[in-house]
Amino acid sequence: MNDMSLTERAVDSNEIKIAATGVQVFYGTTHAIKDVSVDILDKTVTAFIGPSGCGKSTFLRCLNRMNDTIDICRVEGDILLDGEDIYDKKVDPVQLRAKVGMVFQKPNPFPKSIYDNVAYGPKIHGLTRSKSELDEVVEASLRKAALWNEVKDRLDAPGTGLSGGQQQRLCIARAVATSPEVLLMDEPCSALDPIATAQVEELIDELRENFSVVIVTHSMQQAARVSQRTAFFHLGNLVEYGETAQIFTNPKDPRTESYITGRIG
Amino acid sequence: MTAEATNMRSSLYKTDARTKRRNAAEARFRVYGMMAVGFGVLALVVLLSTVLGSGFSAFRQTFVTLNVPLDAQVLDKQGNRNPAEMAKVTTIGYGNLLQAALVAELTEKGMHPEGMKAKDIGGLISKEAPAQLRNMVLANPDLIGQTVTFDAYANGRIDGYFKGRVTMESAALDSNVSPEQLQLADAMRANDMMAMKFNWGFIFGPDASELRPEAAGLGVAILGSAYMMLIVLVLSLPLGVAASIYLEEFAPKNRFTDLIEVNISNLAAVPSIVFGILGLAVFINFAGLPQSSPIVGGLVLTLMTLPTIIIATRAALKAVPPSIKDAALGIGASKMQTVFHHVLPLAMPGILTGTIIGLAQALGETAPLLLIGMVAFVRDYPAAPPEGFMDPAAALPVQVYNFTQRADPAFIERASGAIIVLMVFLLVMNLMAIILRRRFERRW
Repeated sequence: MNDMSLTERAVDSNEIKIAATGVQVFYGTTHAIKDVSVDILDKTVTAFIGPSGCGKSTFLRCLNRMNDTIDICRVEGDILLDGEDIYDKKVDPVQLRAKVGMVFQKPNPFPKSIYDNVAYGPKIHGLTRSKSELDEVVEASLRKAALWNEVKDRLDAPGTGLSGGQQQRLCIARAVATSPEVLLMDEPCSALDPIATAQVEELIDELRENFSVVIVTHSMQQAARVSQRTAFFHLGNLVEYGETAQIFTNPKDPRTESYITGRIG
Repeated sequence: MTAEATNMRSSLYKTDARTKRRNAAEARFRVYGMMAVGFGVLALVVLLSTVLGSGFSAFRQTFVTLNVPLDAQVLDKQGNRNPAEMAKVTTIGYGNLLQAALVAELTEKGMHPEGMKAKDIGGLISKEAPAQLRNMVLANPDLIGQTVTFDAYANGRIDGYFKGRVTMESAALDSNVSPEQLQLADAMRANDMMAMKFNWGFIFGPDASELRPEAAGLGVAILGSAYMMLIVLVLSLPLGVAASIYLEEFAPKNRFTDLIEVNISNLAAVPSIVFGILGLAVFINFAGLPQSSPIVGGLVLTLMTLPTIIIATRAALKAVPPSIKDAALGIGASKMQTVFHHVLPLAMPGILTGTIIGLAQALGETAPLLLIGMVAFVRDYPAAPPEGFMDPAAALPVQVYNFTQRADPAFIERASGAIIVLMVFLLVMNLMAIILRRRFERRW
C-alpha cells in the first residue's frame, strides 16, 4: 500500500455519470445488496473492492442490467445514467448495454475471427455505414486496447487462438468498439499473469480519457494502482466510498481498515 | 486414517493389503468391461456375418439371355403401332413368344432335351419376364418386327439351384421344378445362355408377388422411405429446433414449462406403435389422408422424432458456455441476436447429430407404419413429390418384414439383402452426422 503515486492521480472530473441511490438487490429471498448509494464520476476509474461474495459484482451487473438475465433477481432503487433512470419501463436494456459496455472476469472472445469479434458490436448497432468505416472502427478499437500491433497481420485468425492476456484485451477492444460511455470491468485481470495484468492496467488508465471506467477487483494493489475513486463493499453494504488515496491511507471505517490491512476477507 | 496406519511406518516398496484389494478390484472391473465389450463385438459380428452371408446373394441373380423375335403378327395385328391397341396382347402372348424363342435357340444349338415339353422348357424363365418384355415393347413400339436381345430373369428355383438353395434331390420332390429342368439349366449355363449378373432390379425394381421371388425388388420401398425421411427432416428439424430454442432461452421457468418438459421426455419413451395408432386415428380417420402414403408415414415419424431432436437440441444449447451469451449481451446484442449469432452456431454440431440420430431411428421404424397401411403390397412407384407424397408406397423396414412373411425360401436372401440396403442407408446417415459434426465443431 505504499504506492507513492496515489496522491498524484487526483480526480480531474466532478461530473456525475451514474448516480445510484438506495439500490437493493434480491436473489429470490437472499438480500444481496443493501441500500447502496454511489455516484460514479465521468472520465474516472472507480474501483469496487471487498471480500468474495460482498456483492460488488452484483452491483456492477446492475449498472448495465445484466442481472435481467437472471430470472430470480430483483432490483430496487434508482440508478440514473446521465439523469435517466435505466430501470425505467421505457428503457430497452439492449440500448443501455451499447452505452454501458462490459468486460468479464474470464476472457470470452466469440469463436470467430479477431476482426469479427471487434466488428460484431458496431455491426449489430448499425454504427458504420460501409466496410471501410467498419475497418477503421476495428483498427481504432484494437489500437485503444493496445492489441493492434500484435494482431494486425492476422485479423482473420480465430480470437480464441490468442493468449489469455491478448484475449482479454480483445474483449476490451470489443467493448470499446461500440463507443460506450461507461465501461464496466468485472475482475478483468483475475485470469491473467502479472505481465498481461500490467498491460491491461495501463490500458485502463488510458481508457479513462474517453470513458468512465468501473472496475471490480480482488486485488487491493490493483485498485490502488488504477483507480481514482474506490468503494469498499462488505456483506452487501457499501462501507466506504471516496478518493482512492484517502481509502488506502486514511480509511474512516474500521472495517475498511481491517480489510486493506488484511485482517478480514 | 486408522491408528494402525499412522503408527506403523510402512515401506513404499511393499504394497499393503488395502492397496492390493483396491488394485484387485480395479483389475476385476477392467475384466468385466472387456467382457462386456467383447460380448457386444461378438454379437455384432454374428449379426453382420449372418445378414451379409445370407443377403449378398440377393444382389446377384441368374438371367437367361435370349434373342427374341418380336413378331408383328402376334404383337400388333392392326399394324399401326398404337400402344392402346397393342395393350390387348396380354403377358400370355409375350410368354409364348419367349418360350418359342428359347425352344428355337436350344434346338438350333442342338441342346433340346429329348422328350421335354415346351412348357417345361419355358418354365425355366421367370413368370415376370413376359411382363417386363411387354412393358419394354409398349414403351417403345418401334421394336416390333425386330429381334431383340433380352435378359430374362431365370425362375426362382433355377436361381436357387445355382445359389445352392435347390438340389437335384429337393427338385425331385418339388412340383415347381424338375431335375430335368436343372440339368438343362446346367447345360445352358455352360453355353453362356444363362449367367449370374448383378441384379439392379433388386435395388430399383418394385416388389413382386409371392410366386416370383426372383423379380422382387426394393425400388418402391426405397422411394417411400426417402419421401418419408424428406418429410420428417423438413418438419421435425425446424419444429424441434424452434421449440428447443424457445424452451431453453426464452420460456419463463414455471410450472407450466416444467410440465411441458416432463411431457417431452415422456414422449420420447412412448412405444412407437402408439404413434401408429395416433396416426391412424388422427391423420387417416380424422384428417382423411390416404392410407399407406408417405405423407402419413412421414407425419407419424415426425411426431416420433420430435422428442429426440428436442432433447438433443436442448442439451446442445445448454452446453454452450454462458460466458459467450454474457459477452454478446454485454455488448448490447438482443436475446434473439445472441441466440442466432452465437449460441445456435455453437450448438449446431450437437443439433445435427441429434437430428440425424432421430432420422436414422425413424428410417428403421416398422411398427407405426404397419398400422397406417404401409404394409400393403405396392408395385407402382409413387409419383414425383409433392403429388407422390399422397401415393401409396412401401418402406424399407416394412419391406423386410413383408419378405420374411413369405413362404418361398428365396425370400430369405431377399430379406437379408433388404436389411443390407437399410444398413447401408443408416451407415451413410451416421457418416454424414460425423462429417457434419467435424465440420461445424468449433472450440472456445
